[in-house]
Amino acid sequence: MIKKSTPKERRIILKHADDPNYSNKIDCYLKNGGYSVLKKAFAMKPEDIGEEVLKSGVRGRGGAGFPAGMKWKFLDRKSGKPIYLICNADESEPGTFKDRQIMYKDPHQLIEGMMIAAYAIQAKQSFIYIRAEFFEGARILERAIEEAKEKNLCGDNILGSSFCCDLVVHRGAGAYICGEETGLIESLEGKRPNPRIKPPYFPAVLGLYQCPTIVNNVETLCNVKHILEMGGDEFAKLGKPNNTGTRIWCVSGHVKKPGYYEFECGALTLGEMIYDVCGGLLPGRSLKAVIPGGSSSKILRADERFTGKLKDGTEFDWGIDDIPLDFDGPASAGSMSGSGGIIIMDDTVDMVEAMANINAFYAHESCGQCTPCREGSLWMRKITKRMCSGHAREEDADLLLSVANQIEGRTICAFGEAASWPTQSFIAKFRDEFELKAKNDHSKPTLQLI
Amino acid sequence: MGSNGNTSSITINLNGNDVDVPAGINLVEAAAIHGTEVPHYCYHPQLSVAGNCRMCLVEMGNPMRDRGTGEPILDENGVQKIGWIPKPVIGCGTNVTPGMHIKTESSMVTDSREGIMEFLLVNHPLDCPICDQAGECRLQEFATDYGRGYSRYVERKNVKPKRTRLGPRVTLDDERCILCSRCIRFCQEVVDDDVLGFVDRGSFSTLTCFPGKELSNNYSLNTVDLCPVGALTSTDFRFKMRVWFLKESPGICTESSAGSNILVSSREGVIHRITPRRNDSVNDSWMADSGRELYKSVTNEKRLLTSSVESQKCDLSSAINSAVTFLQDKKLGIVGSCHSSLEEQYLLTKLAKTTKAKKFLRGHFGDDDGILVSADRTPNLRGTLVTGFSTKYPTDDLTEISEAIDKKSISTLLVVGEDLFNSGLTPDQLKGVSIIYIGTHENATSSRANVVLPSLTSFEKSGSFINRSFRLQKFKQAVPGPAGLLPDLHIIASFLNALDQEKEQTSDIVSIWKQLSKSSTNPLHKIKYTDIPQDGIQLDSTRWSDLDFVEKKAMHFSPRKLNKVTQN
Ligand SMILES: Cc1cc2nc3c(=O)[nH]c(=O)nc-3n(C[C@H](O)[C@H](O)[C@H](O)COP(=O)(O)O)c2cc1C
Ligand code: SF4
Ligand code: SF4
Ligand code: SF4
Ligand code: FES
Repeated sequence: MIKKSTPKERRIILKHADDPNYSNKIDCYLKNGGYSVLKKAFAMKPEDIGEEVLKSGVRGRGGAGFPAGMKWKFLDRKSGKPIYLICNADESEPGTFKDRQIMYKDPHQLIEGMMIAAYAIQAKQSFIYIRAEFFEGARILERAIEEAKEKNLCGDNILGSSFCCDLVVHRGAGAYICGEETGLIESLEGKRPNPRIKPPYFPAVLGLYQCPTIVNNVETLCNVKHILEMGGDEFAKLGKPNNTGTRIWCVSGHVKKPGYYEFECGALTLGEMIYDVCGGLLPGRSLKAVIPGGSSSKILRADERFTGKLKDGTEFDWGIDDIPLDFDGPASAGSMSGSGGIIIMDDTVDMVEAMANINAFYAHESCGQCTPCREGSLWMRKITKRMCSGHAREEDADLLLSVANQIEGRTICAFGEAASWPTQSFIAKFRDEFELKAKNDHSKPTLQLI
Repeated sequence: MGSNGNTSSITINLNGNDVDVPAGINLVEAAAIHGTEVPHYCYHPQLSVAGNCRMCLVEMGNPMRDRGTGEPILDENGVQKIGWIPKPVIGCGTNVTPGMHIKTESSMVTDSREGIMEFLLVNHPLDCPICDQAGECRLQEFATDYGRGYSRYVERKNVKPKRTRLGPRVTLDDERCILCSRCIRFCQEVVDDDVLGFVDRGSFSTLTCFPGKELSNNYSLNTVDLCPVGALTSTDFRFKMRVWFLKESPGICTESSAGSNILVSSREGVIHRITPRRNDSVNDSWMADSGRELYKSVTNEKRLLTSSVESQKCDLSSAINSAVTFLQDKKLGIVGSCHSSLEEQYLLTKLAKTTKAKKFLRGHFGDDDGILVSADRTPNLRGTLVTGFSTKYPTDDLTEISEAIDKKSISTLLVVGEDLFNSGLTPDQLKGVSIIYIGTHENATSSRANVVLPSLTSFEKSGSFINRSFRLQKFKQAVPGPAGLLPDLHIIASFLNALDQEKEQTSDIVSIWKQLSKSSTNPLHKIKYTDIPQDGIQLDSTRWSDLDFVEKKAMHFSPRKLNKVTQN
């Protein structure tokens, strides 16, 4: 991974992360002005901080892109129950590796952001739910919290403000579904991470221990610090309307310089990302497809044209290279920016194999609670696995699509969509490859009576 | 579902028709009220909503309002537009709101159901021919309604454990489990015994007991009943009987004063199983495992099958005749029973009046589990109060009789069901006392009795009991009694007719009720036996509010006065 800032990058969250003279210790963070925004926060009324976040227009960086300020407004403050803040650090969407950069390299930024957020929503207990595989990350965060507590920047009576908020790091046990916020809450309560039905279990009303709870992504919570530092209006000037601030894009796959890059929203197109920032494709290869927002997002074909009308009414007619990298760009192209995980595929990729890989992931990670996702994800995996082992059938493409359609929109949580969108889009865009597999295969599966 | 009247009613639109439904209920219940079935697996009216099977998906829309002004948005005909949700919603987890539109019959709904059925079947074994659930299996039923009739699945089915012992009474076939979590929720929510859970994920999820635990609570068999498929089976009943051969009769569990409503299933006069019968005011849909065993006493080796006089077998009528001779003793005592039906207790009270006998009663007590096994281990203690057999709360012995014997005021005892010798009396004390015993099973008292009159169990007769909440409940004869035996009612009526030839005493329940309900000071006033609904009648019990009943707070029951014994 490259450490140097590439042209046009606008590093706010990752400002210090890759500076060789920067460390994840508190002294270094303080030297660079750390925790001064927290001090500023305590001079403000909690609801005024919420207003700034609302004005900033910052959208959630966990995948769904829901405006954070609005989410905070939904918090049920009338119930009189304690309010909880949870940082979603379960980052496990294939193709996504941004949150870990923050936690490993600049943990105090997250802690400061969280303490500000906790004060704004008046949460006295907060958690970082961290992915099981981030052993080192959990250790770093725990040490950082200790440091912050020693300096009275977290815990009781923070900076003499009389505001108290404890922060606990909770390690997951290795399930992707713990990233889904209600699954995460169940897991935090010590149970199997079965996502909850919504309604009624909207976290802002009935979250952790049935109390009002805010779950935000690592990057989102870091943004809170910067919003307060610059002011909501100023932050909103970064990026574009409805797509404010910066985003950390994680580029993986067949480019010369894969890595993570922070840009103002909409500051560059997908083409610029691939060819200018990531150094283009490997020699002799051509672009075949891009998954723009983590494995759950719909795949885009390199030779497609994307046409339609943007929210502001302007018409667009894009090739894949023209898609702006912000929230609305990939969405207008029929996919989504999701978790910011851009997966580049060149002409060496066998689409059925890629599909089989993705299906294997979702079949393995489905919590198994609801029928369509549980059975559908495994069925799709079995089909694509069979197709890759020389037993493809002509009807498999249609069957895959039909199974995916039977999952989408009928499940408890958005994992159902995450599992069916890849299949739907792969078949829509690369049906020829799926059908070709059947033609080229000589052995056919024996029909099993069931 | 509460009683009518205290819930307000709202109007919703179901498949194009405006209908009234109680506010706050879910769409499955709302549709059911109007005769429309929304198929479901995981939803159970008496458990929390899990929303996991997705079988109950329906289309839902709400009247549209302008976001800014809140004004209704009207169509060209001035009718408020309906904003249909583009995805189906779960009927079990969605509650009705005024003006809500629901479609349970549409291409989206049909397509959803077909999809879910297909998914449920892809990894389901082809066990129907050997599966106990066949005939009462929701998967079979809905597969007929929504199945494709052919399979698109050519992959290998998952393999899971076929015979897991979950506990002493329940065996699990994991391949048949559709992971609806009803059994898990039941143990958590009703029994407060968190023993079941899923391990592994996705389609490999498997139901199991937590390490070191087993499903051994006294309610474990309810999981078998509520399992919508043949995954949980009763180890006792497994592979024994096809359910479609069974005849079901409504009964009342006699294990304790909880009075769980039950179904007694029999074939050709032989009882094969007991299952709970839903009563939302008493036992919801549950009953204790221990209560399910009670039918085994019907064929118990201790069962009394022949009448006898002075240990000599004889026919019933001569036994009744000699009993009548004993009953003419002026120093007669009658030991009634909290196990007798209300009608039997009434006739026995009448007999005591006619013979001027002293009445005695013993209670039977045990631990109260706070659910459906109460501390009072008899089904009808309250019946003895309502019929006037007794005016005070019984103790768990009959030592009162010893005082009477010592005072020489008792020389004959008519005993219904009780055993004097385990009730604080000694053979010595009873030496000079003649005993007439009416009961179903042998005990020390029947062995010592001068006259033994065998009678029928509650499975072999009809009648009514009054449970711990003073709820009057009927039970119906499920199987015929052993040849030559007559119900207690008939025996006691014969006594009355022999002793008082002026008034004819009937042994017919309906006619007995005409007498029972005559008095205006009695809570049974004006009740007709035939009018008692299957889920019972709540009686007024204010008259007994000063008694110290032993039952603890439990399902659908709260003691008005805390018992002294349980307070310490
Ligand atoms: C299957 C699934 C997995 C998810 N995984 C993550 C994750 O790893 N990290 C994350 O921040 N959000 C994840 N989310 C999104 C969260 O549910 C939630 O929307 C997010 O944490 C909210 O934070 P934000 O508003 O700051 O984006 C996932 C959602 C789904 C449906
Ligand atoms: S959609 Fe999948 S992951 Fe989400 S609750 Fe259902 S089974 Fe679990
Ligand atoms: S559970 Fe139902 S569908 Fe499954 S094998 Fe048994 S009877 Fe057949
Ligand atoms: S065993 Fe039966 S009740 Fe329990 S989860 Fe499986 S299908 Fe549902
Ligand atoms: S009945 Fe299972 S989801 Fe509604």
